[in-house]
Amino acid sequence: MPFIPHTPQDVETMLATIGVSGIDDLFSEIPANIRCEPPKLLPPLNEMEISRLMTQRAALDGGKLGFLGAGAYEHHIPAAVWQITTRGEYYSSYTPYQAEASQGTLQVLYEFQSMISGLTAMEVANASLYDGASGTAEAVLMAVRCSRKKANRIAIPTTVNPVTIATIRALVSQQGIELIEMLCTEEDGRVDTETLAQYNDEDITAIIIPQPNFFGQLEDVDIITDWAHSVGALVIGMVNPMALGILKPPGEWGSQGADIACGEGQPLGIPLSSGGPYFGFLACQKKWLRQLPGRIVGRTQDRSGKRGFVLTMQTREQHIRRSKATSNICTNQGLMTVAATIYMAIMGPKGLANVAYACHENSRQLLDVLTAIPGVERLHKGHFFHEFVLKLELPVKDVLQELLDRGIVGGLALAENYLLVCATETKTKEDIDSYGAVLADIMGRSES
Amino acid sequence: MSGDRVIFEESVPGRSNSQHAPTPTGACDLPQDFLRAVPPPLPEVSELEVVRHYTQLSQKNFSVDTQFYPLGSCTMKYNPRVCNSLAMLPGFLSRHPLEPVETGQGLLATLYELQEMLAEVSGMAGVSLTPMAGAQGEFAGIEMIRAYHHNNGDVDRVEMLVPDAAHGTNPATAALCGFRVREIATDENGDLDLASLKEAVGPQTAGLMLTNPSTLGVFERRVEEVIAIVHEVGGLLYYDGANLNAITGRTRPGDMGFDAIHINVHKTFSTPHGGGGPGAGPVGVSERLKPFLPTPIVTCYDSEDIKKYRWLSGINTPHSIGQLSGFMGNIGVLLRAYVYLRMLGGQGMRRVADHATLNANYLLAKLTAAGFTVAFPNRRASHEFILTLKPEADNYSVTALDFAKRLLDYGFYAPTIYFPMLVPECMLIEPTETESKGELDRFVDAMVAIRNEAIEDPRLVKGAPHNIPLSGAGVGRLDETQAARKPDLKWNEE
Repeated sequence: MPFIPHTPQDVETMLATIGVSGIDDLFSEIPANIRCEPPKLLPPLNEMEISRLMTQRAALDGGKLGFLGAGAYEHHIPAAVWQITTRGEYYSSYTPYQAEASQGTLQVLYEFQSMISGLTAMEVANASLYDGASGTAEAVLMAVRCSRKKANRIAIPTTVNPVTIATIRALVSQQGIELIEMLCTEEDGRVDTETLAQYNDEDITAIIIPQPNFFGQLEDVDIITDWAHSVGALVIGMVNPMALGILKPPGEWGSQGADIACGEGQPLGIPLSSGGPYFGFLACQKKWLRQLPGRIVGRTQDRSGKRGFVLTMQTREQHIRRSKATSNICTNQGLMTVAATIYMAIMGPKGLANVAYACHENSRQLLDVLTAIPGVERLHKGHFFHEFVLKLELPVKDVLQELLDRGIVGGLALAENYLLVCATETKTKEDIDSYGAVLADIMGRSES
Repeated sequence: MSGDRVIFEESVPGRSNSQHAPTPTGACDLPQDFLRAVPPPLPEVSELEVVRHYTQLSQKNFSVDTQFYPLGSCTMKYNPRVCNSLAMLPGFLSRHPLEPVETGQGLLATLYELQEMLAEVSGMAGVSLTPMAGAQGEFAGIEMIRAYHHNNGDVDRVEMLVPDAAHGTNPATAALCGFRVREIATDENGDLDLASLKEAVGPQTAGLMLTNPSTLGVFERRVEEVIAIVHEVGGLLYYDGANLNAITGRTRPGDMGFDAIHINVHKTFSTPHGGGGPGAGPVGVSERLKPFLPTPIVTCYDSEDIKKYRWLSGINTPHSIGQLSGFMGNIGVLLRAYVYLRMLGGQGMRRVADHATLNANYLLAKLTAAGFTVAFPNRRASHEFILTLKPEADNYSVTALDFAKRLLDYGFYAPTIYFPMLVPECMLIEPTETESKGELDRFVDAMVAIRNEAIEDPRLVKGAPHNIPLSGAGVGRLDETQAARKPDLKWNEE
């Protein structure tokens, strides 16, 4: 029997100890008319057979030269990251309720919190949430709890990833929260700092500032943060942690810094994996600590004064506060934080900055190559980080299909003629030139 | 030993791992205003130091791979290694979530079959795999119930019923979905108190959230009556799948009459708990809730006699409660669940419930024979059961917490303690089907030995743990009060 150790003799002895004659007797409390036969599933496979099937299926997938970003990014992951992360002691343990027998996981989480705090320049961080989008929804709920304002109005610029906005909408819809759309300038695809004053009387609870934003553009985070604080709104900085290798961290935005920082942790050593599992991170200034949702690990000591780590601040959580908890979340994305912690430790400050610089350089190079093609131009002006929007003279959908037929995933179609393109440190000059050559061919053929 | 320090204490300025980072070729064109003034305060350590540090830290964990882990309500069974290696094949790992479906037909076929298999195992009409964890599955289920009522113009159903023994996530979820929570009492045999339920239901009832077998480790015998009472007043039934491992192949939530369920694949379908995630919490629904399922969902169609797969979302699912995360859910976790299900098949799923239940009842019988007190002595255990250590606490002043800590010294992870809160000094024990008779016998021996220690030298038990069998020097009992009073949540140079 797969994964079940019992011999027939074991079963017999155990049934005798219980005092029943057969296993069926153990289910006597289930009413007869709701009992069922074993489910009808596909016939079972042994390890050799399932390995062959999955290997065949995996071979159908992926393997293209990719220039997609839009919230998930391809980065080099050191081999050590996942070899250590999938050690059974991390992989097959659970939420560290018994701290003394879970010091490995707990110390990793403490180090993770320390690294995220440092990266975002925030005072405290939790031990992770499901992903960036749902984590941003938690940041919104948190901001509402922190604010003394009666109206719960969250300003969300249209430069935030639309899927993130949809996720926030789905997750906070029943909490009496109003989401206010803030338009961006068409010319540079950023929040228009000239027109912020028109929201002065909107009684905004908090604003989400994405950096870089969905279009890859860099927002004027200092100006927006100071404006938000001047109208009594909290600032939620939604950031790419890889970009924070070089970009100004939310804790240093404006004169006071953002109040809450959140984002998608995937760039920190997590494979693309068709969308998950990733992890979300959430950090804040210390004064908001009691409103921070999710697991939090703290340092303490044992009776002899030896350093140790425990889950702490649990009175915020669902298993204690039940319907009054800060969130219904129980778990974090434990294993993903192990990977991210190892990734950040290997890369260090210099490595992370160099990856960020290399991403930026490659994307600038890609921009030059692609916009040299007739019929291709950049949509926005201004500075960007590793991602930008192109305007094509041809329908993007058709162009992407032709690119795909030639082995290239060319980006994300934003509208009929707009294409969001990304290049990380993983792209070589040859990759970039190859994209340029194929796109030039496609654009050129249509002209003739 | 490196593992006794935090990684920041290993840091030496200027040390780096250039084998992983490209060297930038030119100057950065970004204005200073956008840039950070100082580099992020990450540790500067060599790759070997990192490998050694996190390997040593891993050795400070108990885990299923290294110890018996009878944590009630968590189903800590063996996580087959093959599930991990097949989910980490390069084709699956390297694909970007927003790539066209043409580059993901292998994955989509797998997810589609997983949807179908989970529907069959649970008896539900439709499944969405996207919720990221059990708690998000609960959110999806309750949100679908709300959407269903609202779609019928039934907007005055503002109350969600939750048994007093329920997991804390149930009331927390109901509150997040905007419902008022009303608790229903449990009777002395561990069944839901029907009088309390009848009194509570009415036109304000949106639904009832039920775990079956319940958190008390017993099957809700009058489940059909419970469901009829709630349906009678127009409410819907939510099944918390936390304890599905107890009944697979024996009975199905769909057959019991539930309208929405979530499944913890990290419990029943053996995906790893990873020190607290990632899990996955697929939801299943009855026919009437299908239009409200969270997106995206995988659908299948024939194209020139070949099966093709694509995502269903947006304008194709106008009644959906929407998208609950940035992409498609915890795909890697779902792949592991698929491999597990394919290896077990239908008979295998029944064997899971059979042997999980056999192990629990065997352990219960042995502990009872050894003189421990069972919370519900007249009931058959499901895949888990509750001891109350109140007699030991009264007689020897040794609590469930003390027993739990002392078990660590004996090389066993402790069962769940002080949950459910209805039973004093309780210990919720779930052995799972993958443990052998010999391991269960050793656990009983340890419990008996600890009780003897409690009689002869209670200080020994109260001071535990003393020498947890882990490599390196372990810690003694940690001061949680100090941790909460003076939070130290990140490393600062001292």
